Amino acid sequence: MDTILRIDMSAAGGPKATTEPVGKYAGLGGRGMTSMIVADEVDPLCHPLSAANKLVFAPGLLAGTAASTSGRISVGCKSPLTGGIKEANAGGQAGQALGRLGYAAIIIEGQPPGDDLWKIIINKDGVSFHVDNSCRGLGNYDTVERLSKIHGEKVAYMTIGQAGEMKLLASSIACTDRELHPTRHMGRGGVGAVMGAKKIKAIVVDEAGTTAPQAKDAAAFKVAAKSFVEGLKRHAVTGQGLPAFGTNVLTNVLNEAGAYPTFNFKEGRFEGASKLSGETLAQLETDRGGLATHGCQRGCTIQCSGIFHGKDNKYVTKQPEYETVWSHGGNCGIDDLDVVAELDRMDDDYGLDTIEMGVTIGVAMEAGVIQFGDGQGAIRLLQEVGRGTPLGRVLGSGAGVTGKVFGVERVPVVKNQALPAYDPRAVQGIGVTYATTPMGADHTAGYAIATNILKVGGFVDPLKPEGQVDLSRNLQIATAAVDSTGLCLFIAFPILDQPDTFQNLLDLLNAHYGLKLTGDDVVALGKKVLSAERSFNAHAGFTAVHDRLPRFFEQQPVAPHQATFTVTHKELDSVFNW
Amino acid sequence: MLVTVKLFATFRTGRFDVAQQEHPAGTTVGGIVDALGIPRSEIGILMVSGRHVDLELQPAPGDTISIFPLVGGG
Repeated sequence: MDTILRIDMSAAGGPKATTEPVGKYAGLGGRGMTSMIVADEVDPLCHPLSAANKLVFAPGLLAGTAASTSGRISVGCKSPLTGGIKEANAGGQAGQALGRLGYAAIIIEGQPPGDDLWKIIINKDGVSFHVDNSCRGLGNYDTVERLSKIHGEKVAYMTIGQAGEMKLLASSIACTDRELHPTRHMGRGGVGAVMGAKKIKAIVVDEAGTTAPQAKDAAAFKVAAKSFVEGLKRHAVTGQGLPAFGTNVLTNVLNEAGAYPTFNFKEGRFEGASKLSGETLAQLETDRGGLATHGCQRGCTIQCSGIFHGKDNKYVTKQPEYETVWSHGGNCGIDDLDVVAELDRMDDDYGLDTIEMGVTIGVAMEAGVIQFGDGQGAIRLLQEVGRGTPLGRVLGSGAGVTGKVFGVERVPVVKNQALPAYDPRAVQGIGVTYATTPMGADHTAGYAIATNILKVGGFVDPLKPEGQVDLSRNLQIATAAVDSTGLCLFIAFPILDQPDTFQNLLDLLNAHYGLKLTGDDVVALGKKVLSAERSFNAHAGFTAVHDRLPRFFEQQPVAPHQATFTVTHKELDSVFNW
Repeated sequence: MLVTVKLFATFRTGRFDVAQQEHPAGTTVGGIVDALGIPRSEIGILMVSGRHVDLELQPAPGDTISIFPLVGGG
């Protein structure tokens, strides 16, 4: 993990790869790595789809090792959706494979001339580039199936579907899971469009012939890895709730709390929520011969994923995540898990962010394009996106564009990125994160739900403005740090509650790299990453007025609590005053 | 008093999803939890009519009590 791979897609005579030492980026993984490189190397005023933008992939610091849950992969760039800095991350197999190949980051720059699509193969012998138009216009499922006939089933694929090829603002980059399903997506911010603009259809990551990265202190690493797993298993969230019910365990929680955005953020409770809940989903998966517990990557103890089968007991998609079940379900007034699963499959296949697409369809429903609750209509709209019809291209450009095209006032976006599955009026802490994170509305950037709703890491009343800025600030700093280790963010639940598990994480990093990191270093790292991201956005033209929720959240009360968002603008402007 | 009790996730196993229950006036949420045989240490979230409450709260007739183990996701 001491090498950066740099790929120039503009090079004369075809793309060229060079390597360089990790240098000043040593000690960074995941979002920390991608954001620091993007902030250093990308012109904040560049067009996101131009040759000047860069696409930076980075595995976590412990990728490829025996540390549990260490295989997330991040991608960073200037976002075509928000116009600001972007980091998106995913599970799947690619992160572990890159870790074993020894790459701390891959920087893809430039843009090839002509219309050919490229395939990049990365293996122990280096990097090779191939013109390959055979997958043009194919979805991620067909693309992976075709590629796996050539490259086999023991490699990881990162691909774009039709949406990325069309450079749509909601497009994602897919990573394959252990079963070679392209179901784990670096979803947010239109990262697929940046890969499409660089004419890259697929990246094949082949770890054959590699060995796991060795720790500087192998004995200490082994001890810490064992204790870390015990800590994940001991905590009720990572040891019981997530394995049994997946992320969708939250549907009932948020619905009971009156914070479940329904009918495009018009209401805070959905009558059909129990039909969509994690409890119902897990039972349905088991009844149909799927799996309620499944790991998206090798070596994860938590196993929050699952496998969803249709009425014919055949594979449809992975277990749809809470965010997806909400965006395509309750947010659109749809209470049918089979419809949600079909939409999830289509998003994965076309290569689209499920949050952005569900919110976009909700906005289209508000505009009267189809009615709320019309599941078959939602499927038809998503098919338009995959086909690239004029309507489909509007929808595939996200909720902000769709709201403007159809003249809708209630458009739930910040920095043009759609809000996730928590109403900020009924969970004020997450509203602070939505408004202020450099990423655009993103729940993962400072997951105040933990403390506002789930009572993990303490409790701050979700319906009052008091304490929310401090909560969001501390969570955003901690998250930027955890994201920079590249471990799955779900380790945050035990880390927030169990000091010994947090120490185990530090011990893992210290044993692997021969460091002496403390909790204070972690806080400093989080601040450093956030400051770099904020600076990039400032140079890209973002000001304090971009750190706001849409006005309707301050003015239109949401049932059942009749709450509005009451954290003041002055308070929002103090989030990054450390 | 008549209250609605909703159970979620692992608390449903061997119990119920939702039930109407009669309890003496003045019964606390903790008393209702105890009557269900749920160890108080396993409680993650307690809500009455959509607001977080403590075990000491005395619900009013007609209230809905939602009881969750410690869960999370995102």
